[in-house]
Amino acid sequence: MGPISMADLLPLVPESFLLGSLCILLLADLFIRQSQRAVTHWLAIAMLLLTAGLVWRASGDSALASTAFGGMFVNDGVAAICKIFILISTALVFVYAKPYLIPRRLFQGEFYTLVLFAVLGMMFLASAGNMLTAYLGLELLALPSYALVALDRDNGRSSEAAMKYFVLGALASGMLLYGISMIYGATGSLDFASIRGALVSNAPHPWLLSFGLVFIVIGIAFKLGAVPFHMWVPDVYQGSPTAVTMFIGSAPKIAGFVLAYRLLEDALAPLFADWRGMLAVLALLSLAIGNLVAIAQTNLKRMLAYSTISHVGFLLLGLMAGTIEGYAASLFYAVTYAITATAAFGMIVYMSRAGFEAEEIDDFRGLNQRNGWYALLVLLVMASLAGIPLFVGFLAKLQVLKAAVDSGMLWLAVVAGAFAVIGAFYYLRVIKVVYFDDPPAEALPAAPADLPFNLVLGANALALVGLGVLGGPLMAWCVRAVAG
Amino acid sequence: MITLGHTIALGAILFCISVAGIFINRKNVITLLMAIELMLLSVNFNFVAFSSFLGDPAGQIFVFFILTVAAAEAAIGLAILVVLFRNRATINIEQLGDLKG
Repeated sequence: MGPISMADLLPLVPESFLLGSLCILLLADLFIRQSQRAVTHWLAIAMLLLTAGLVWRASGDSALASTAFGGMFVNDGVAAICKIFILISTALVFVYAKPYLIPRRLFQGEFYTLVLFAVLGMMFLASAGNMLTAYLGLELLALPSYALVALDRDNGRSSEAAMKYFVLGALASGMLLYGISMIYGATGSLDFASIRGALVSNAPHPWLLSFGLVFIVIGIAFKLGAVPFHMWVPDVYQGSPTAVTMFIGSAPKIAGFVLAYRLLEDALAPLFADWRGMLAVLALLSLAIGNLVAIAQTNLKRMLAYSTISHVGFLLLGLMAGTIEGYAASLFYAVTYAITATAAFGMIVYMSRAGFEAEEIDDFRGLNQRNGWYALLVLLVMASLAGIPLFVGFLAKLQVLKAAVDSGMLWLAVVAGAFAVIGAFYYLRVIKVVYFDDPPAEALPAAPADLPFNLVLGANALALVGLGVLGGPLMAWCVRAVAG
Repeated sequence: MITLGHTIALGAILFCISVAGIFINRKNVITLLMAIELMLLSVNFNFVAFSSFLGDPAGQIFVFFILTVAAAEAAIGLAILVVLFRNRATINIEQLGDLKG
């Protein structure tokens, strides 16, 4: 590795821009009065969109699409797609969070700066070319997330969820690090390309390698929330303020995918035969437990948590295929799931008021008679999560199953399909509650008067249908990105 | 003569103690935080040992980063602990069971 030159810094322009403007926002927020907090809100959204524009511009420029700092930072197609969708879904989270935060006195600069730091961590994770960058990106994502869960300081459930998240997240990081240290010992390198080269050219200490691989897979499973390492997911989803759940449930899933992709494919691809079996167990258990336990939930946030776990099962299924189509299908699944999840939590924000969280499925009873438009949006989101044809959720599941069948995992694809059908039950139950149950007798809360919220949520839910019908270009982009 | 095998074994023992500390301990959250620190230190021990036996400084540089992150992690962990204690007036793990289902 030579001295750092200007050419090293050019690929980092989007990250540098985000970091610089984030520091300015952090300072400027101190001088903004509470009545003008919306300035912070719009500045944060503008920063995210501008950064996404910079990533988009750099991805078309072959001079910028390269590696920097001796391979520690990789700017390839996968990184570009992941970053753009992380930034867009976080911008959606900001739009939806505002009407939730204001009445609860949480509309502070901290929410925005913490989320933006987590986004910066995810961007570095997406571009990781070295164990060190991957670890630092992961921690920069994790540490603000712990703080965000405890954002509502006077809420006992939030702080309990934050404690559980912190302990299990730190445990996961420890496992991952232990695995990384073993891989380092076996291959003598931290760089993904060198690790891969060392694994191909000489078969180093087999037991060190298998130990390292097991711990790395456990670490990834913890971070993704795959069964049996999923215990934190339902508690954190239920305990944190809905605005924070919305963030944790969307963009970090893309980060989880890219973490698995970088570590397993970029670095440990020669051990494919070993990690494939481990992922198969994780995927099967996630599909089974996620879908079956979700049926028993009455709390919507908890139900969406178990639904996330089952979606992680599908995501792992695509990774297990180990082909370009498989990785592309997983990437497509992750980015479309992030967009769907933001819309799903946006629904909960729409229904909730100060002192009324609207977390129970029963709170949605008879929504159709009160507000037909929102009932339709709930229908669209739930149908997409369930994977009903014409919706993007169906297209994503189809691509993953196709990749799985093509790589010879027919029985796994059949099981996954069966669990997807079982899973459709609890999504359809929400639609049934919205359309066919009688609304509660007590006075009905008014809709939030936030115009951007209404417009963006409508566009977001309609995009789920649009992408389902016209998702071809996005899928083609994912395939191009993975194929390099 | 201390071989690589000895150092890996010691790292593994420290790691097992810390995992046991997290799962067996049912009383005190502070003990949990200490177990997490021990886990990161066992990883550091591994990195230093490998780095020394491989003659490659990258592992020791990684340790500096882990130490820095561990400090930040401890700060956030203790902050959450303070918030938790203010709300619940307890740091007993057995009494943290509001979220279930």
